[in-house]
Amino acid sequence: MRRSASALSAAAFLVWVASGTTDAADATRGKDLYESRCTGCHSLDQDRIGPRHRGLIGRRAGSVAGFEYSPALRASHIVWSAQTLDAWLRNPERLIPGQRMNYSVPDAADRAALVAYLAAESGP
Amino acid sequence: MQSQTRRSFLTASGTATLSAAAFGLIAGVPRRSLAMASTMARDVDILNVALGLEHEAINAYQLGAQSGLLQKPVLDAAVLFQSHHKGHRDALIATIEKLGGRPVAEKPMAEYARALNAAAIKSQEDILNLAARLELGASNAYLGVIPSFQDVNLAKVAARLAADETMHWTALSGVLGRQLPGAPLSFGA
Repeated sequence: MRRSASALSAAAFLVWVASGTTDAADATRGKDLYESRCTGCHSLDQDRIGPRHRGLIGRRAGSVAGFEYSPALRASHIVWSAQTLDAWLRNPERLIPGQRMNYSVPDAADRAALVAYLAAESGP
Repeated sequence: MQSQTRRSFLTASGTATLSAAAFGLIAGVPRRSLAMASTMARDVDILNVALGLEHEAINAYQLGAQSGLLQKPVLDAAVLFQSHHKGHRDALIATIEKLGGRPVAEKPMAEYARALNAAAIKSQEDILNLAARLELGASNAYLGVIPSFQDVNLAKVAARLAADETMHWTALSGVLGRQLPGAPLSFGA
């Protein structure tokens, strides 16, 4: 019993390690995607055409002080998480009608990589 | 009912700021026309984001030209590319106004300098790298919003803008000695 528990823990550990590796790989690819697709309007630390992205995960939509959001985004009451970001990138107008971004990322793997990168850059 | 329809239109249009004349035009028109006005407002929103990109690009090239770091013939190319962006700006303003929208205003250059971290620029290569990054981002942004346009003619305008930005990016990449993309369809994926 102890042996099977031990084996289970080892398997769980391997899954955890593999998951972390996948996240890291996603974040690396996400950085490249971010550089090519998002930096036309966004940066991590400065408000440009769009608001800054560092610290995005856990932030309420439309809440960066001083940035002029659409009324629709400000009123959305959405908090950015992996799930809400994925929905936003898949179809921003469907998630928040009246938004201004109008740029979507159709490929699920690309969205996951971008979300992983933004999550990795969401520290202080 | 009419005032309710007006409120619905304004809510649906979200951020588009239609002129008083355009607003007057929609009063009392059939529902189908109001729906058309709503989709037009969304197109105006997209065009205004594009205009914001062009304002930023014009100011980025201005910062580069004024830095004293650009040498001929790179300086000449930067001025040429800036003139393209000014042409884009003027075309976008004209289109937005034709649609009854209010073009987004240019910000003071100091704001663009801060947003683009111009203080960190120390060399011609730094300027070229910044310009290449902005051009690639703009190209992909324009390609990415094409499916969102309700008016196919505006989608074509976005494609033409993307073509100009891609031309700029290609030239800048050549000066920087970068390899061209090895894979096909690398833009706007």
